[in-house]
Amino acid sequence: MSRQQVQKLAVGIITGVAVLVVVPIVLVILMIVVMGIGAINWEFLTAMPTDGMKVGGIMPAILGTIILTLGTALVCMPVAIGAAIYLAEYARDNRLTRWVRLAIVNLAGIPSVVYGLFGLGVFVLFLGFGTSILAGSLTLGIMTLPVIISTSEEAIVAVPNRFRVVSLSLGATRWQTIWHQVLPQALPGIITGVILGLSRAAGETAPLLFTAAAFYLPELPRTILEPTMALPYHLYVISTQVPDMPLSIQYGTALVLLLFVLSLTLAATLVRTRMRRRREW
Amino acid sequence: MTIPQTDSNPAPPPPPVDQPPQRRWGEFVIERLVLIAGVSTILIVGLIFFFLVREGLPAFLDVPLRQLFGDRWYPIEGLYGIWPLIVGSILVTVVAIIIAVPFGLITAIYLGEIAPQWQREILKPLIEVLAGIPSIVLGFLGWVALAPIIQQLGAPTGLTAFTGSLILAYMSLPTIISISEDALYAVPKEYRDGALAIGATQWQTIWRVVLPAASSGLVMAVMLGIGRAIGETMAVMMVTGNAANIPELSPTMLFEPVRTLTATIAAEMGEVAQGSLHYTVLFGIGIVLFLITFTVNSLAGRLVGTQTRRKRGQL
Amino acid sequence: MLPKISIQDLYFTYDDGVEALRHFSLDIYANEIFILFGPSRSGKTTLLRLLNRLTDLIDKAEIRGKILFNGQDIFARSVNVADLRRRISMVFALPTPLPGTIYDNLTYGLRVAGIRDKAYLNERVERSLQQAALWEEVKDRLHQSAFALSGGQQQRLCIARSLALEPDIILLDNPTSGLDPLSTSMVEDSLEELKEQYTIIMVPHSTQQAARVADRAGFILDGELIEVGVAGELFTSPKNQQTDDYITGRFG
Repeated sequence: MSRQQVQKLAVGIITGVAVLVVVPIVLVILMIVVMGIGAINWEFLTAMPTDGMKVGGIMPAILGTIILTLGTALVCMPVAIGAAIYLAEYARDNRLTRWVRLAIVNLAGIPSVVYGLFGLGVFVLFLGFGTSILAGSLTLGIMTLPVIISTSEEAIVAVPNRFRVVSLSLGATRWQTIWHQVLPQALPGIITGVILGLSRAAGETAPLLFTAAAFYLPELPRTILEPTMALPYHLYVISTQVPDMPLSIQYGTALVLLLFVLSLTLAATLVRTRMRRRREW
Repeated sequence: MTIPQTDSNPAPPPPPVDQPPQRRWGEFVIERLVLIAGVSTILIVGLIFFFLVREGLPAFLDVPLRQLFGDRWYPIEGLYGIWPLIVGSILVTVVAIIIAVPFGLITAIYLGEIAPQWQREILKPLIEVLAGIPSIVLGFLGWVALAPIIQQLGAPTGLTAFTGSLILAYMSLPTIISISEDALYAVPKEYRDGALAIGATQWQTIWRVVLPAASSGLVMAVMLGIGRAIGETMAVMMVTGNAANIPELSPTMLFEPVRTLTATIAAEMGEVAQGSLHYTVLFGIGIVLFLITFTVNSLAGRLVGTQTRRKRGQL
Repeated sequence: MLPKISIQDLYFTYDDGVEALRHFSLDIYANEIFILFGPSRSGKTTLLRLLNRLTDLIDKAEIRGKILFNGQDIFARSVNVADLRRRISMVFALPTPLPGTIYDNLTYGLRVAGIRDKAYLNERVERSLQQAALWEEVKDRLHQSAFALSGGQQQRLCIARSLALEPDIILLDNPTSGLDPLSTSMVEDSLEELKEQYTIIMVPHSTQQAARVADRAGFILDGELIEVGVAGELFTSPKNQQTDDYITGRFG
């Protein structure tokens, strides 16, 4: 084979493989939409499940996921953004900083089910929160930390250094500089990172298995010390644990979960492009 | 204290510019809080390990090590051999990586070197969408759609190691693609131009110049892909059949059900009594998982190297 | 007369080991325009940044010697750095508006100093814009983005931003480097008026500019102060051969 033939063949194969990777993504989404759209109606979204969850809606699971996502945000945002500010603005190149970075890399790599074990050991048992929204939010919040720290740090570092120098030269202190100049400029990036992190958390199942999730609840939880249903766990339950579950309800639940998570992703992307366009520098 | 002002200033004296003391105190507190937030990440890793050990250490003390790493996992009969689970995890992960790495790498090459701009603008968001699909949804599709197909291919059941590997490979793709792409992107344009200028074809340039230059980043992509795959729980639990057996070394070994470390924890923790031997063994498995991912990620983290810091004084 | 600034046997070494200033001694007096000139990378900018301690931002830099401001050591532990930077204010080589409106830019230094009095802020805005010869051009759009101004206007805004603080000393680090001739002469003209109230230390764009605006000047070469003198003498009949070579264009 000549070099040109090899070149053509190689490009052909590479293109083919790329198609093979990308097409199933579209198929997966199409399949869930097509199979699930029939199940979705007002009742499905707003009613309690009845008759062994085979009839009625999935409202408690939707609500549970929303509440857990909000709880996750409350838990992780202060710590994550604080840590990002520390790394981007204060940390010197020393051993402590290297340890913090190593810790973040490792937090990002710990399997979600191990976070579940941790949540069970600390929040459910040791601190006595029981299987509850509180324990689940704390577990998910800690799991989401590394994602939000990394994206927020990136957003902060991306703020041009001249704004910092000018602000300091005008007599602002270090924190005033961060508060008045750096954070406002980094905000779109931070918000994007937070929403993306939350979209991951919203789709997680394993950390909730032993910390927050309930198989079936006849009533909505009234306090954060009660367990809750959640969309991902509900999908797991109705597809593998309950026999003779109508397929349309399974696909419908998968579709609602997918829409919830992807709309968060989309929101993050919109925030990023919208606020970038408004930026002056 | 402030710097004394000379009286050569003819303008009316400005309001005092001394900072009120409580403000500087507040600043001190905020800076401490930020530091604590940063250091808390170390603390959390330590706490996670501490609680895993606290709950799981008895497993290593109460179960004889030979039995613990033995090949029979029958908790009902008091047999806690985690060897089949380790083999299951390794089998599923290795096959997933063998599938995902070439596909991910080639897709990254396509995106970085071959695809025209308009295709990139469509493909990249699509891959981000894939990264955003919850693992439970992919597991669900594996369960209702992929498993029946595998079964029709002749396997006794559709819930096999191979089914798990396929789903896992697909889930690892976004990680591998995006890190490989970064690695390829970091190769200086001059390398490519130089190769093309001496008459190399585009493929020769990619194969002989770009890939070797990007190799360390590509190794990292593989490692983080492994880290991601070995920790995956729900999807794997749904599609691998969850039988704690060690497949015989044979051509069809991939088409037997297996059970992974992660799936074992997820499936059984809900049913055990706190403090029972079974409970501590499940935490013991958590320790094993923690140590595996800790090692993989620390190695990958070292590859990243020291980030280049901006010079603070410069505009 | 007590010098406004007294630099005494100063040495400065960057974190990468480069010695930017050595054996540097210089007195600068109130209400003069002092020009610091010399080839690029000779240490002029470093000296300006030392005067209001922007060099603090560089980890592991080494400073030896003393800088006295009104007789007070600026590196003393008791000195409030933010306060020092309000008293010795810096204008950078390139226009550097902060994101926000013209008004935000002008009042930023006062606001971070804790001043909230609207009337006072407004008065400072108007006065400093007049001093920087920008008032007429922007008085109707104070609440528009500072980035909407032209380069020359942005730089005069930055000067006004420093003036709004009513500092003792204004450091001008080649403030006309990116400006057209008209804007340059507007900036130069305003200096004459400013020195009534302020002490000005400036790194010039060129030797010609130095000669045009200086009261006194110092020639700096490779981190050392070669010669200091009254502008009229220094630029016409320098005593030092190197200064002469530089001024007449034989090097640098």
